[in-house]
Amino acid sequence: MILLEIKDLLIAKFGSDVIAGEEAGILQPALLIAPNRIVEVCHELRDNEATYFDYLSCLTGVDYGVEAGRFGVVYNLASIPYQTQLTLKISLEHGRSLENLPTFPSLVDVYKTADWHEREAYDLLGIFFEGHTDLRRILLPDDWEGFPMRRDYQAAEYYKGIKID
Amino acid sequence: MTNKAFDLYQQKIATAATEDMVLNMGPQHPSTHGVLRLELITDGEIVKEAIPHVGYLHRCFEKHAEALTYQQTIPFTDRMDYLASMNNSHAWVMGVERMLGIDQDIPKRVEYIRVLVCELNRIGSHLIALGTYGIDIGAFTPFLWCFRDREHIMGMLEWASGSRLLYNYIWIGGLFYDLPVGFEERCAEFVTYFKPKLKELNELLTDNQIFIKRTANVGVLPLNVAINYGCSGPVLRGSGVKWDLRRIDNYSAYPELDFEIPVGKGEMGTVGDCWDRYKVRVDEISESLKIIEQCVERLQKDLKRSPDFDPRANMPRKIIPKAQDYYMRAEGARGEVGFYFMADGKTEIPFRVKARGPSFNNLSVISELSKGVMIADLIAILGSIDIVLGEVDR
Repeated sequence: MILLEIKDLLIAKFGSDVIAGEEAGILQPALLIAPNRIVEVCHELRDNEATYFDYLSCLTGVDYGVEAGRFGVVYNLASIPYQTQLTLKISLEHGRSLENLPTFPSLVDVYKTADWHEREAYDLLGIFFEGHTDLRRILLPDDWEGFPMRRDYQAAEYYKGIKID
Repeated sequence: MTNKAFDLYQQKIATAATEDMVLNMGPQHPSTHGVLRLELITDGEIVKEAIPHVGYLHRCFEKHAEALTYQQTIPFTDRMDYLASMNNSHAWVMGVERMLGIDQDIPKRVEYIRVLVCELNRIGSHLIALGTYGIDIGAFTPFLWCFRDREHIMGMLEWASGSRLLYNYIWIGGLFYDLPVGFEERCAEFVTYFKPKLKELNELLTDNQIFIKRTANVGVLPLNVAINYGCSGPVLRGSGVKWDLRRIDNYSAYPELDFEIPVGKGEMGTVGDCWDRYKVRVDEISESLKIIEQCVERLQKDLKRSPDFDPRANMPRKIIPKAQDYYMRAEGARGEVGFYFMADGKTEIPFRVKARGPSFNNLSVISELSKGVMIADLIAILGSIDIVLGEVDR
């Protein structure tokens, strides 16, 4: 099933405001989805007989940089019965404060793969996932400060009173 | 920022510690195959819940990749799944080549050498998986046999690349060097040597009644759960689905090669149990041997080495892909090795790289598999998933 058909299918089901845009003309085209609709979209894509995107290959949290001021999440879906692939993207403009994190809906209820990947995105990029029941740090220690994969991250000089050089 | 989930978790452990027993398995525990810590909430011998803690081996792969060029990152990909380094760098290199649009220009000989070394590495990696799995269950001899045979592979790959474990052999657009003279003959020799050894290993471990009793019907992973958790490789195939990216995506030289995809059939118990996952690996070794035989034959006949063949001839001088995002997936020894590239089209350095290690997803299923099992079975389950912590933590 090609991207255009998937797009039409989603528009027919949820209305046109669910699609925020499209990246075409490259090797792997992607659909941009409205962030608050991503859970129902993935639910539909997973269970619809025409798509069956039942496998979440990869989930990537993205910090688009200080200038762009955007955060996003990229989902690489795969369908095991149809052997197809699909890329979905969500993003929103958000400030870089460590107290007020950019928030997206969690996909844990649709794909359990998202559990650890969302924890990783939270851990390294400081993206919060609403509805995730266990959003702890995963790769870094629980008392780590800051989010190292952010573009403006400054490495700390001290860790627990020990000078780092 | 305070983390609510972390407070909840601490509360949970505190409550469990008064009613049940909280047992820390790892990070220094031989059967966790590295630095994995499983926090077990146990009721006697029964595991009520297993909470995995990973990250002890985190080496900031993705952060490094944001500061280095595509070519410079290849050694870092080797260090992800360090037991099957070739497969990782193969995935990385193919992804970059596709973004550059040069994936069709790679000489056939290079493609076949890549597949040959990848399959050798896959056998080496599976041998470790099988040998250490035997040790987990209590069989010591297979481990020594596996390591004896793996030593041949290590020696051969060292001969080709100069290193035993972390090769940096597959480069963008080509290879580090052509194979050394006599490598193909040595491969053929190894295949002849190894085939009877594999039969011996089967007699010793695969059909061993004690081993079957410990693994059959233990840790049954239903197919829908495996898919939902993003399991891949032998863990997914053990649950009975023919999902092998070498066939699905038909990359590199694989479409021209003849091999089967082994799946779990539940011969000794239920489909998707530990024995099935183990058996898939054993069968994959013989399939890899088949691939190696075919590669060697072609490399000796129509893709013969010639004095003017230069595996670096097609290497691009400047590796600057067009501005685009690309997700490359390939079948590593443990499953789907994925790299998500974001290229900005201006520099030789990727804007963002995400690495998807198959073990990371395979391991996440452990808390689902371990509900209500005996502690001894948990060891069997963990071993059958065959994780490499270098890849979980990256």
